[in-house]
Amino acid sequence: MNWTWFHKLGSPKWFYEISGRWLPWLAVAAGVLMVVGLVWGLAFAPPERYQGDSYRIIYIHVPAAFLAQACYITMALAGAVSLIWKMKLADVALQQAAPIGAWLCFIALVTGAIWGKPTWGTYWVWDARLTSMLILLFLYFGVIALGQAISNRDSSAKACAVLALVGAVNIPIIQKSVEWWNTLHQPATFKITGKASMSAEMWLPLLISVLGFYCFFVVVLLLRMRLEVLKRESRSSWAKAEVIRQVEARS
Amino acid sequence: MSFDSFQDFLAMGKHGAYVWSAYGISLAVVALNIAMPILAKRRYLQDEARRLRREKKS
Amino acid sequence: MSNVFSLLLARESRLLFRRPAELANPLVFFAIVIALFPLAVGPETELLQNISPGLIWVAALLAVLLSLDGLFRSDFEDGSLEQWVLSPHPLPLLVLAKVLAHWAFSGLALVVLAPLLAMMLGLPVRCLPVLLISLLLGTPILSLLGAVGAALTVGLKRGGLLLALLILPLYIPVLILGTGALQASLQGLPAVGQLLWLACLTALAVTFTPFAIAAGLKISVAE
Repeated sequence: MNWTWFHKLGSPKWFYEISGRWLPWLAVAAGVLMVVGLVWGLAFAPPERYQGDSYRIIYIHVPAAFLAQACYITMALAGAVSLIWKMKLADVALQQAAPIGAWLCFIALVTGAIWGKPTWGTYWVWDARLTSMLILLFLYFGVIALGQAISNRDSSAKACAVLALVGAVNIPIIQKSVEWWNTLHQPATFKITGKASMSAEMWLPLLISVLGFYCFFVVVLLLRMRLEVLKRESRSSWAKAEVIRQVEARS
Repeated sequence: MSFDSFQDFLAMGKHGAYVWSAYGISLAVVALNIAMPILAKRRYLQDEARRLRREKKS
Repeated sequence: MSNVFSLLLARESRLLFRRPAELANPLVFFAIVIALFPLAVGPETELLQNISPGLIWVAALLAVLLSLDGLFRSDFEDGSLEQWVLSPHPLPLLVLAKVLAHWAFSGLALVVLAPLLAMMLGLPVRCLPVLLISLLLGTPILSLLGAVGAALTVGLKRGGLLLALLILPLYIPVLILGTGALQASLQGLPAVGQLLWLACLTALAVTFTPFAIAAGLKISVAE
């Protein structure tokens, strides 16, 4: 197998060029998919039999929760790449993904709590999914705090990579144990997402919304990574030329 | 369209406050996440422009 | 190889014995936290008995975490950690010995102290075997996972609070399984399932965390 593309990815200059070419398309895709998914879910999907219209929160809650987990997996993969191949770009990806993941966790938690009020009668129930999401938020805080605490750029990235990998190994164990704890203490009376009961008119907009959130995540990650790469490479000639080009384009 | 009128759409069958606040907060966070890197980049470019001007003078 | 392991264990034990006050601190902390709760929630025996599994485990978790803050500090400051990293012996094995010695004097001491405090909280005597076994299986995981955080934060000036932030979320499965076992035995149910799961996690932690600890130490030393 030809691995040059993989090692090319490690070159900041190449990454900057290619991501600049992809970014507009991804941004358009994110915008279109999110608008279509959310408007469809809000206005056109049929109401749910038991929850009425309050279930429409699902179209942001589930994509945000899904992406919050996917973001942690991305971080763990970037951490592995960074530790194994010592790729600087993976360091950038890992540290720039952490705040986005924390924000996605925040969205999932807030919408889950707001959804809980009409469904359960209280804003917060120690439900297995919400609790796992809260723990995931704490894991993100840990990675962000560790990254900020270590001043040396290289060792901070490596420390975050180790922590993200340890966390990623732990996440399935945490989720299983939280699920088990939850069934022990309160038999699940109401599942927040009943997969079987969803008709195609309901899950199709959900799928589109999930795809839209995926594109949104990639767009924000690329935006953050490009800035960070430009800052880190500020001594190299291509970055200097790029900054001068952009400064002149602005003035 | 699963609603009869725009009024119905806003009311969301008595759950309007919950649905719209959830969507409002989420979209605000999404917008914030997009705005933050763009503003950070603008600030960085302004700093760099100032530095370049200073270097040209000296 | 095993020679190095036992030598290191002996060295660590000797070092720990020279500072008995440092060994006693987590134990006193454990006892004080447990003593705070009857004062906070009232001395009703039934209430205390019901919450005692959670109480003992949370207190044990915090005590272990507190004792871990200084795990690698003195070795980091006097440079012996660098020697470890440079030595021809595999670093994961060395750190395993170090954490094992530390556990023997802090985790094991907690296990010995716990029945006394559990009785004071009104936990019936029939639950004591489960309490002992669950703590015996759980505290090594706490020490090993905490050592990962301690290794990553050893070079930092104020690592203590950060260590708690990094490691406490990872302790959740141990907490759930440990309290679950105790609660089951409190209700007269068999607790073997939870204990077996705890044993499984212990095996996982002993096999994998030494590598993470070693990686963390290498990063901290290189800085």
